[in-house]
Order: sequence, then structure tokens, then C-alpha cells
Amino acid sequence: MAGSLTYTAVESTKLATTELYGQAMVELGSAHPEVVALTADLAGSTKIGDFQEKFPERFFNVGIAEQNMFGIAAGMAKAGLVPFLSSFAQFASMRVADQLSADICYQNVNAKIIATHGGTSFGQAGSTHHAITDLALVRALPNLTVIVPADGYETVNAVKAAYATPGPFYIRINRGFDHVLYENTDYGFEIGKAVQLHEGTDITVIANGSCAYQALTAAQFLQNADGLSVRVLNMHTLKPLDKDAILKAITETRRIITVEDHVVSGGLGGAVAEVLAESGKACAFTRLGIQDHFSTIGLHEDIMSLEGIDSNGIVSAVRETMGKDFEADDNWDDEV
Amino acid sequence: MALSKQEWLALEAKAYKLRLDLLETTYQAGSGHIGGGSSVLDILTILYYKYMNIRIEDPKWEERDRCIVSKGHAGIAYAPLLVDLGWNDPEQLKTFNLTGSKMGIHLDSNKVVGVDASTGSLGHGLSIGVGTALAAQLQGKSFSTYVVLGDGELDEGSNWEAAMSASHFVQTGRMKGSSLITIVDRNGAMIDGKTEDIMKLEPLADKFTAFGFQTLVIDGHSLPALSAAIDTALATDDKPTCIIADTVKAQGFGSKAGDFRWHYGAIDGAGYEQAKKDQTAYYEGRKAIAEKEGV
Repeated sequence: MAGSLTYTAVESTKLATTELYGQAMVELGSAHPEVVALTADLAGSTKIGDFQEKFPERFFNVGIAEQNMFGIAAGMAKAGLVPFLSSFAQFASMRVADQLSADICYQNVNAKIIATHGGTSFGQAGSTHHAITDLALVRALPNLTVIVPADGYETVNAVKAAYATPGPFYIRINRGFDHVLYENTDYGFEIGKAVQLHEGTDITVIANGSCAYQALTAAQFLQNADGLSVRVLNMHTLKPLDKDAILKAITETRRIITVEDHVVSGGLGGAVAEVLAESGKACAFTRLGIQDHFSTIGLHEDIMSLEGIDSNGIVSAVRETMGKDFEADDNWDDEV
Repeated sequence: MALSKQEWLALEAKAYKLRLDLLETTYQAGSGHIGGGSSVLDILTILYYKYMNIRIEDPKWEERDRCIVSKGHAGIAYAPLLVDLGWNDPEQLKTFNLTGSKMGIHLDSNKVVGVDASTGSLGHGLSIGVGTALAAQLQGKSFSTYVVLGDGELDEGSNWEAAMSASHFVQTGRMKGSSLITIVDRNGAMIDGKTEDIMKLEPLADKFTAFGFQTLVIDGHSLPALSAAIDTALATDDKPTCIIADTVKAQGFGSKAGDFRWHYGAIDGAGYEQAKKDQTAYYEGRKAIAEKEGV
């Protein structure tokens, strides 16, 4: 993919996520006086600035001090407010791991973390600003609900669901230039329930975040080009995981590929692998994501291509995984 | 409000009772944070029995003053106090640290009634206190938050993030200085030795002053001194106040007092009997001062 042209095109057409998120926060703020917003010097970047303009008395900028922000939010929640905290995903997870664990999750307070610039979406900022291990960390934390929305409308649904559900949330969104997957919010979003984006019986691709759109594109292409029937699940909720949808995919398609903008261990791929292993069923399985290395500098689209988590990478992986066969015999040598 | 002689004597008796409870709990549990538990005990006693606006019949009352015990390892001193207030079953102290108990070294705010924040990992409490203080003003409530810090935990940088923000939010009108009162239990010791040997904190008062606090350095085992400092803090709204309370680890435990090795200790039968005698002698001495100097 070429540099500047791609960037400009993507930027100009896909600003929707953060704008919609900003609107959702303003709506929540208007309806609920106990909702407050906190940021650590990233009001503009995290689009919580709309809330700031409308409700300055309920907006708190703590400076570049994420640990303090998480502690303050825990105190506010303990005193009856509903804080929404925004920072880049890397800092809202790895930087504050202990505050997130002890202050937010252990105390089980009603705080909602909006982790922006998830995965490699802040491409050109490089690995210090990519969050490729955040989901492995937050998925392990008790009491925490983890959502990875696929686009702007799903982000709105996630933010509203987070307000409506007591307890801590980690919502991981991108920098904002997402492909649009949904036309509106009315597609049956429910915490802990995967959304089927494409019907299929040959193989299932389970994706979240920016990879959901890529998986759908790949499925449509494979239907036309290869005559393959590819089921696509948008696993927007990483925790609690929709095990039923995974078990159904195992028995009905016998082949599963996970795809995520995250390392392949501990996140979506790891979570699905756990369900698969415990199911006791044979299933061809491939995890797409960032392998055991740090991500590189580049445009988000280019990084996704390099890591094989864009539609082309998914198409290749589907074709390869389709080549793995299953037979109802006792010959394990030719099984996957 | 200044401490009357009558209040002083009553608080001395309460502190003595709580020291014995601390000893008893440590003995039952086999070991405990005797050092940091006894150094902070006068601070907790005067907060809960004189200053904090709480309702015994409604421990979760929304307007109550908060106390965030950031040095969570003081649980062995704090738990007996929360039992003494009537908020928790005394039987629970007998299970302190036992498997399945509601109470252990660090108290869980979701299990022990009256604990305003679950602490233990150090350097978290002041941030949480800033949060409750900000929430008070936003909700139009007038409660104060007291944050009790250990001195060793001040090595954690997160305290200084929190200190900077406390001063900032007072200066920018987001909270009143009197709504956040920080008290440092300056016992001078941490697990591996003296604070000034491990990682120098001095000049500690200057540090808090430079961060925008009104800083008061007092004798943390003198109830009138604590009372006067808290009165000053409550009367100051243009700055948050930090009271550096000079204390002694294992205070009242005879020859063990001041020995950093009593940060965490075990106590046997003979030691237990001796410690009770030491505590009684210590109390008698303090009571005599109150009788003589109280007005």
C-alpha cells in the first residue's frame, strides 16, 4: 500500500468512530449527572474533549499521570460517581497495571476505561504507542468486562452498555479511522454475545476490533472467488466470552481462525484456544495476529498487512486452513 | 476543636484498649505488623473517635468522612478499631489471617465494614483520596477525606503524582483544602531498615511544601499535638494539608519500640505477657501526662 494517498483517503472517510464516541459521552453526560470524564493530557486525542466543553465541571485532566488518574477514578466511583477514563490503550493497561488491578478491579468499582489507540492503530508512533499486549493483561483481571468494538456504532453501543452495567469495563477502541461495519446501532448488540457478520459452514473466522471488517471482506471475497462458505463472528466482548458461539462454530464448521490486532497469545486467539482445548473436539485452528515480536512503525493498514491480519492475510489463512482435513477414522497421521 | 482534658483521657484509654487489641490479634494470628500498626494507632484513634463524622448505625452513610489507610499493612491495628466501633463481629479478629477469614494483613473494603479503600499495594491511597475529595465537591457534599500514608511508601512516585494533583485541584477550585487531609506516619523505618538508609526522604516537609501543601510536623504520639494539627488542617481551605506525624515503630512495646526489625513480628506466650505489662506501663505514663497537662 502506498503511503500518503492511503492515509489521506482513510482519514477523510473514516472519522466516524471518535466523533460518535464523543457524542455518546455527551449524551450520557446529559442524562446522568453522576457521569464524569477523566483524561491524562489526551483530551483532544481521545475525543473526550466534547464532554469537556459541555460539562467542564465534570471533566478532570490529571496531566501525564495515568496511575494517579486510575486511583482518582477509583475514589470517585467509591463516592458514587461514574467515571469514564480515557487514555491510550498501552497506558490504560500496561502503564497502570497495578492501579487497574488493585484500585479498579479488586475493589470492583463502577469505573469505565476507554482505551483508545488500541492495537497498532497509532501506527506511525511505533511500539511504545501500540497496545499489542493489553488484552492479554486485562482479560486476566477478575470483575473486569472487556469489549473491543469494531467501529463507531459498536463503540456507542459498548459505551452505553458499560454505563448500564455496574462494575468496571475496559473498552478498547482505535485511533478513530475505522472502516464502517454497521450503519447504525440497531443490530442487536449484547455484552457477551458474538455478532454473526456472515453466514458460513466451511470455516469460521472469529475477529474483533479493526479485524472484524477485514474478516467480513475476506469472507465475501472467498465466497465469490473460491465458492467457500465462511462464517464470520464479531467477538466484540472478549470477557465474558461467548463460549456457545465458539462451540457451535467448532461443531458446525470444524475449522476456526482467530484474527486480532494484538499478539496471538492471551487475547482473542488465546481465549478461543482455551475453549477449543477444553471442548475435547478436533478442530483445525489458526491464530492470526502479531507473532512474538514488537510491532513496527508504519501506517495502520500497512502494519495490518505486514502482520497478516488484513483481508488478504485472512484469505491466505483460510485457504491454508481449508487444506487441513478431518476424517472420522483413527488415523491421526493425516489429521491436523 | 482543641482537645479537652476529659477527651484526652478518654482517647488515651481508647488508644490503650486498641493497643491491647492489636497485641491480642497479633498473638492469636501468630504474627503481624506490630511495628507499623502501633506507630499509626494514635492517628487512627483520634481520627475515628474525635474527628470523623460517621454514623455507627449507618457505616455507608454517603456524607460520612472518609479515611483511606494507604499503608494497608496497618490492618492489624485498623481491624480491631473497626470492630470496636461496632461495625464488625469481634469473632472475626480471632480468625485474622486464617484461611477463609474476612480479615487479613490488608483489609478488603468489600469484606470489612468501614474500610473506605482496599489498600496494600503501596502508593495508591492518596490518589483515591483525591478522587473522593473531588467527588465531595461535585456532589455538593461537605465530607472530608483523611489519607494516612506510611513514610516508606513515599518512595513510590505515584504519591507525588497525587500530591501534585491535590494541590492543583485545590488551587483551581475543584476541591477545598480542608476536604483532603494527609497524615504521614513518619516512623522512620521500612522493611529493610531505616528510611534514611534505604532511600532518603528528607527534607520531607520541604517536599510536601514544594508540592503546594501546608505542612505540619508534629509528635504523632501526642494526642493534643495531633488534635491541634488536624484543627489547623480543617481551618485551611487554600491548600491541602500534610501532617507529618513523627512516630515510633512498635511504640509501647518496651525495648522493641523504635526497632525497625519489628515492622513485622511474631510473638510467643512469654512475649505476649511481657508486652501486656509494657503496654500498661506505657499507658500509665501517658495517662499521667494527660492528667497533669490537660485542661
